[in-house]
Amino acid sequence: MTLAEIGPYLALILVGFLPNEVWRVLGLVAVRGLNEDSQIIVWVRAVATAILAGVLAQLVLTSTGALAEIPVFVRVGALVLGFVAFLLVRRSVFVGVLVGELAFLAGAWMYGPPS
Amino acid sequence: MSQTPIEPSPATTRAAFLNGLGAAWRSIFAYVLVGNYIGIGALSYEFGFSLPWMILSTLVIWAAPAQVILISTLTTATLLEVAIAVGLSSARFLPMVAALVPLLKAAHTRQFQLLLPSHLTAISVWVEGMRMLPQVPRAERVPFYNGLGLGLLSAAVIGSVIGYALAARLPPLLATTLLFFTPIAILMSSARNSTTLIDRLAFVLGLVIGPLLAAQKVKLDLMWTGLVAGTIAYAVHRLREKWR
Repeated sequence: MTLAEIGPYLALILVGFLPNEVWRVLGLVAVRGLNEDSQIIVWVRAVATAILAGVLAQLVLTSTGALAEIPVFVRVGALVLGFVAFLLVRRSVFVGVLVGELAFLAGAWMYGPPS
Repeated sequence: MSQTPIEPSPATTRAAFLNGLGAAWRSIFAYVLVGNYIGIGALSYEFGFSLPWMILSTLVIWAAPAQVILISTLTTATLLEVAIAVGLSSARFLPMVAALVPLLKAAHTRQFQLLLPSHLTAISVWVEGMRMLPQVPRAERVPFYNGLGLGLLSAAVIGSVIGYALAARLPPLLATTLLFFTPIAILMSSARNSTTLIDRLAFVLGLVIGPLLAAQKVKLDLMWTGLVAGTIAYAVHRLREKWR
């Protein structure tokens, strides 16, 4: 089956919504009756945190699309500079994001593809 | 839990919801999502999807990576391939919702009342929710989280509409810089949220193990990253508690 046969809205529900939502519902079902002090939950939270770190590493190291055209040292360097700024300025998320984005913009302008 | 189930009054519920909505727009993630979804809106335009379809995709999927996959593969791949790719990209929601629910529910909370919060769970909402919920009275957490989630979801919808309208007019350098918003916001917010040894260890180990597994071309590398790094962090945490 292809998109042309079922139309964009049915396709959105069948291959966009359902395969995505099933994980949320499974998460809900998995913890019925458990409370936040339970050891399983402490462990599950650590797993979720590690997956989030994995998502971050994937976005920066093995970027796809337009980000992939920016050299990896610019991507990693901007992340490190942003993090240093975050630590220096009272652990401010705003300052960290701002410095990281500016560093990325400067790096992409100097080392990115000619636009 | 032995506390008597006391449902909060409708006024309290409404106030908690509005507090959550306000917290969403005070969060850096609201602006990150606007930036990130400008990219997704532009992408939908390029692939020829309509504006209502694109808005609906954000409302029902609410996961940027899954949406990027859906939009960029739907016109070329078979539906089965698209469904598998989307499903694999979203497995992180299982442990996220599982870790969230015990923090969210009160004695009076019914199972169906958790459906909306779990649907609203995305990386941004989860990260902010896990940080803010301990400061919210337990009886008000569900409406607070719903407000937080809908606030951030609306930021994404606004961004995607802007992106759809701007589409071809956005300079490539700016478009790329918008894409960088997501990883950098994940890093900063996680760094601020990680106050315990187990959180910090899980995050750092995930950063190291994730790329290692990806480089080995391990299938389902994100899931294994979570299981391996999360379990090591948990084991260290348990050992440390035992020695004290």
